[in-house]
Amino acid sequence: MSWIDTVRTGFEAVRSHRLRSGLTVLGILIGIAAVILTVGLGEGAQGQVRAQINALGSNLLIVSPGSSTSGGGLRGGFGSASTLTRADADALASKTAAPDIAAVAPTTSSSATLITSSSNWTTNAVGTTPSWLRVRARKLDSGRFFTDTENRNAAAVVVLGSSTADQLFSGRDPIGQTVSINNVPLQVVGVLAPSGSSGSTNDDDTALVPFNTAAQRLFGGSARTAVSTIYVEATSSGSLSAAYQETQQELLALHGTSSSANADFTITSQQSILSAATSVDRTLTILLGGIAAISLLVGGIGVMNIMLVSVTERVREIGLRKALGARPRVIRRQFLVEASVLGLAGGVLGVLVGLVGAKILPHFVSSPVTLSPAASCAAIVIAIGIGIAFGVYPASRAARLAPIDALRTE
Amino acid sequence: MNIDAPVIELVDVGKTYRSGSLSVDALRDVSLVIGSGEFVAVSGPSGSGKSTLMHIMGCLDVPTHGTYHLAGEDVSAMHEDELADVRNRRIGFVFQQFNLLPSLTALRNVELPLAYSAVPRAERRTRALEALAHVGLAERVEHRPGELSGGQQQRVAIARALVTEPALILADEPTGNLDSGSTLEVLALLTELHHAGRTIVLITHEHDVAAATGRVVHMMDGRVLDESLTESVAR
Ligand SMILES: Nc1ncnc2c1ncn2[C@@H]1O[C@H](COP(=O)(O)OP(=O)(O)OP(=O)(O)O)[C@@H](O)[C@H]1O
Ligand SMILES: [Mg+2]
Repeated sequence: MSWIDTVRTGFEAVRSHRLRSGLTVLGILIGIAAVILTVGLGEGAQGQVRAQINALGSNLLIVSPGSSTSGGGLRGGFGSASTLTRADADALASKTAAPDIAAVAPTTSSSATLITSSSNWTTNAVGTTPSWLRVRARKLDSGRFFTDTENRNAAAVVVLGSSTADQLFSGRDPIGQTVSINNVPLQVVGVLAPSGSSGSTNDDDTALVPFNTAAQRLFGGSARTAVSTIYVEATSSGSLSAAYQETQQELLALHGTSSSANADFTITSQQSILSAATSVDRTLTILLGGIAAISLLVGGIGVMNIMLVSVTERVREIGLRKALGARPRVIRRQFLVEASVLGLAGGVLGVLVGLVGAKILPHFVSSPVTLSPAASCAAIVIAIGIGIAFGVYPASRAARLAPIDALRTE
Repeated sequence: MNIDAPVIELVDVGKTYRSGSLSVDALRDVSLVIGSGEFVAVSGPSGSGKSTLMHIMGCLDVPTHGTYHLAGEDVSAMHEDELADVRNRRIGFVFQQFNLLPSLTALRNVELPLAYSAVPRAERRTRALEALAHVGLAERVEHRPGELSGGQQQRVAIARALVTEPALILADEPTGNLDSGSTLEVLALLTELHHAGRTIVLITHEHDVAAATGRVVHMMDGRVLDESLTESVAR
């Protein structure tokens, strides 16, 4: 019997037992869709974390104030001492002391209410230096960033985050408008481009002012001199660990601390956050993928079960086909084709359901679903493989039947 | 294939069915020769081993002992694939229960044995249509077995048995499930095939049916009791 006839016979068998075939296909479909969606969810979550962390800026080190230890050994909590100062930032920016550091941006921040003639909005006001834009890898949507001169002179200028600009000016051009913080009128000189990270961070809701303006004119109290975070950019990703060393040594020396164990600051590298976050996500993906693979296996066992039932139910048919001259090989092939047709149908439909699920799911969970065409193709191949693997046993059982034993069965 | 050899030559053939400690001797030392072109009826009471004998003659089952030569060839030495080819090319079966595939049309049912001998699709169709026309069902080729009467179904089965133009046609109580009208139609078809030179072995309970053949083999308790020429030949 030719392959064309065999395939035709297989299709006819699948079609003439619609309900049974439908249930089998459903089993594979659910398994495949589950695998695709869980893997897609894992990938999506990983990608999201990666994008968020990359949005911080490339080759970035973040220096935060740590706990202080008093002479009596009493340790305060994180941020208990305003341990970071402008002097620290200036020292790190020195090319001779820290050759692997490309740029440094100290920041001081405080919640502030921005008031225009017609509206107001409370956001996080950040005082920083012009290098912030580069270190944080951000772009301007319109206008310009403030300059070194403006920083030195504590000029009354402000750069707004994109959503802050929307809130205050709702569509009007903010450039040149005046915004007041703590009764100090500031001129809007620029608006940041959206950060592109879809996370919950308020990267786009912020107001940036020159560091000196913040320290001398806007904020009172400890915020006057304290630096809340120093962003350090390494010259390249390869020199990140060298930059880390230099930052640590410089700050330890400046703070008169001898060992890193007593350091009153913390340095976090973007890489360490990234690897920690992705390793958590990978564990989750493997776990979910495992569960999905089990459901796929259950679907496969369903196929095997159906094929066994199908063989038992059709023993007379097999006997007749053998009596009419079908070789065992041909019978085996016919059942293999049947199993693969079921597998193929389940695989294709499973991928379709996965695609639909990937569109719908993000509305219910706050994570995107990334489907890869390669994974979808692999899923279809796996489905056919399941069909064939689980079709082999019943098929060869059917092929081994003696024709008369098969014919005599009621 | 040896032209001069008898179509069927059984020597001391026995068949014992075993299930657990029980064993049934369905055939005991049956020796039988059927020449080319003969029309033979096998009759006997229920359980006498008629079907068992036919299954062995049709290579659907193997004897427990004894030898079977089909057209001069020793069947017991054959491999399973060769046996499949023998059933496909040399033998046509007609069963009491028709044994048509319910999901296929009459045409596809008749095409089935041709598909297993790799006859091209177009030729398969013409030959199947010819065979169906031969049994008088040219109008019913696209009907499924469920839409046909018992007699029509049996005629489809006969068309399927003769479409490969086998030398030997084996029919196990082909009229057992039919009324007298259909019985006559089926008998007429088989007689016509006999006149066309085919060897036919027919199992039957009915005297009328047996009488239509040339020779009757009587069986009892797994043995051949006696043979007689029917009146149609003796006369
Ligand atoms: N698969 C089997 N296992 C055990 N015994 C069997 C089997 N097939 C047939 N027999 C026994 O072999 C004997 C002959 O059976 P067979 O079917 O050949 O009879 P038969 O002459 O065709 O009868 P009938 O006219 O009722 O069709 C019977 O006693 C039957 O019970
Ligand atoms: Mg019988």
